Formats: sequence, structure tokens, C-alpha cells
Amino acid sequence: MHELSIAQSIVEVAEREASERGAHVDAIYVQLGALSGVVKDALLFSYDIATQGTGLEHSQLIIEDIPVSIYCATCQLEHELDGIQSLRCPICNQPSADIRRGKELDIRALELVDAAPT
Amino acid sequence: MSSNTTTVSTPRIVELRHNILKKNDQLARALRQRFAEAGVFVVNVVSSPGSGKTALLERTLTTLAPKLSLATLVGDLATDNDAKRLAQSGTKVKQIETGTLCHLEAEMIGHYLGDWDLTEIDLLFIENVGNLVCPSSYDLGEDSRVAIFSTTEGEDKPLKYPTLINSADVAIISKMDLAEAVEFDRAQMHASLRAMRPDIHIFETSAKTGAGLDDWYTWLEQRVLAKQKNHQQASPSS
Repeated sequence: MHELSIAQSIVEVAEREASERGAHVDAIYVQLGALSGVVKDALLFSYDIATQGTGLEHSQLIIEDIPVSIYCATCQLEHELDGIQSLRCPICNQPSADIRRGKELDIRALELVDAAPT
Repeated sequence: MSSNTTTVSTPRIVELRHNILKKNDQLARALRQRFAEAGVFVVNVVSSPGSGKTALLERTLTTLAPKLSLATLVGDLATDNDAKRLAQSGTKVKQIETGTLCHLEAEMIGHYLGDWDLTEIDLLFIENVGNLVCPSSYDLGEDSRVAIFSTTEGEDKPLKYPTLINSADVAIISKMDLAEAVEFDRAQMHASLRAMRPDIHIFETSAKTGAGLDDWYTWLEQRVLAKQKNHQQASPSS
């Protein structure tokens, strides 16, 4: 389970970005590709552990699932796939190794609240 | 320190595009550059525990040692048993004990390469931790990622680990000597692998009988030569 180290990286990045802006993190928006190798539930679980005792303790991790898209050279079109078990064009059934989306493991946005003046 | 003032701030959204594995990817890129400059061909070997990874490497190292300068980094949660086995080939071997970590990261590779002079190495194997999930996300700066599946694991096993297969460019089906005994469906196995990685290069081997190993050795030697040729073209003065 490498989701804990992924969660720790998320916390690290978010804390840095927030402190540079003098703010607290309310929520983190992450895009998770179906081929990222990261399991959503395990990441959510790990996030709770990774944030304990940090400024992000009560923040929310919001995950957007990104399905796999392949480019089919025969149809000359990009197609979104239902699963990851078969990388074939859903129209012409040709296999394709040209993956356009689905490997994302990105922080896309932070919801910040200005830190209360002390 | 929080104060008791009840200043209400409206949340604001800050857009980012930060790859969570950026640090690893940057370190992997630096490693890839170092390997290219030294002309080392690097293979990251991934598989589940018990797939015959160490037996295959043992035989590969012993066979190729007279022709190539070889080195291996061996990742394991604990013990240096595998490293000891591989060291009997007389080639350079170093153990990376990962403790509780289920995969190798680029940072560890950089650290454990230590004082090895890369210009003296033709072929570097990185034996990843036995795991078919976690290693798939971590680039180690390798040229080739080789996934090993044994016939005893069943021909549908690749379907359970699509991300790993998709990240590999080579698959080795090991323990072919047991194929008949376990009624291994070869065609189904090839189909399972190609479903997730249509251009995957497949070898069928037996470290016990030696069957299929010549093709694997030839492939390695060709790739080593190609890498060295690129290296010489890139630095004609050396």
C-alpha cells in the first residue's frame, strides 16, 4: 500500500502552497486516473492518517476519477473506455497503446481560507 | 495560534497543476540522464513474490557475466538472502532493504548506486520489491520495465494488475517447465497481456531447464549495444 506515501506528498504540497499564501486548506481537489496505480478508498483512508496533527487535519480530500482515453489510429478519434482491462477501440475493436488520459495523479486545486489574524 | 476573532473569510479556490509524484519523476529523470551519459542499459524487474524473479536473474547474471559488466540492486522488505544468491554470480550486487515500503523509489536508487562507477557498467538490473501494485507508479529512470509472471500464477493474473502491465514494455512468462502440469493456457496468457499493453514484448522462459533464455539474453545484449551506440554518438569525444 503506497497510498500513505502519496497522501503524505499531497499534505506536503498543500501545506507549502497554503503557507505561502497565508491561508488554511479547507479542501484539496485531486484528479486520479484509472491507470494511476492508486486506489481511491485507500488514498482517502490514508489521507485521514497523514493529516493528523497537521494544519490539514479537518480538511477534505475531493477526488475526481479520470477514466482511460485512448486514441484509435484507425478511427482517428479519442475514445473514453469503460474499464482498464482492455485497451481496445470501442468502435472498431483495434488495440491501441496510445493512452491520452487516465494516468493522472495530480493536485488540481486548493480551497483556501485566509488565516485569521493573530 | 488561532485567535478568538470571528472574522469570516470566504473560501477561495486556487488552481494548481501539481503532479503528486513530481519529486520522484524529477529524480528519475536525473537518473535517466546519468545512465544515458554513462551508457548503462537499465532494467526494472517487477513481479509478485515467488514468480521466479531471483532464479531468472541468477541464471541471467551467470550467463552474461563473461560478456558484459553487470550490476544489480535488489529491493526487499527485509533480509539480504536474494542479494547473497545473486552475488554468487561474481557480479556487483547491492541490497536495498525497504523496511515497510512496498516499492522502490528513484531517491533510493540514486542513494544505493553510491560509489559505483556507472561508466564501468553495461547492464544494471533493479529487482523491485515483490509486488504487482505499488511499483507501477514509480519511475526509476529505467530503459525497460520487465514484468514476470509464472505459469503457476494462472493466465488471468495479468488482468488483475492492468496498471502494472500497462507500465511494462516486456513480459516474461516464467516456469514454463511447469506449464503442462498446471494446464497453463498460453494463448489466453498472451491475450491477457496484450489486452492491457498491445505492444508488449513477450518471452517464455524456464530458469530450470534453460528453455527460452537465449532469446532473452539476445534481447538484452542487443539493447545494451544500442544504448552504448547512442551514448557514443551523443559524446563523440569520449
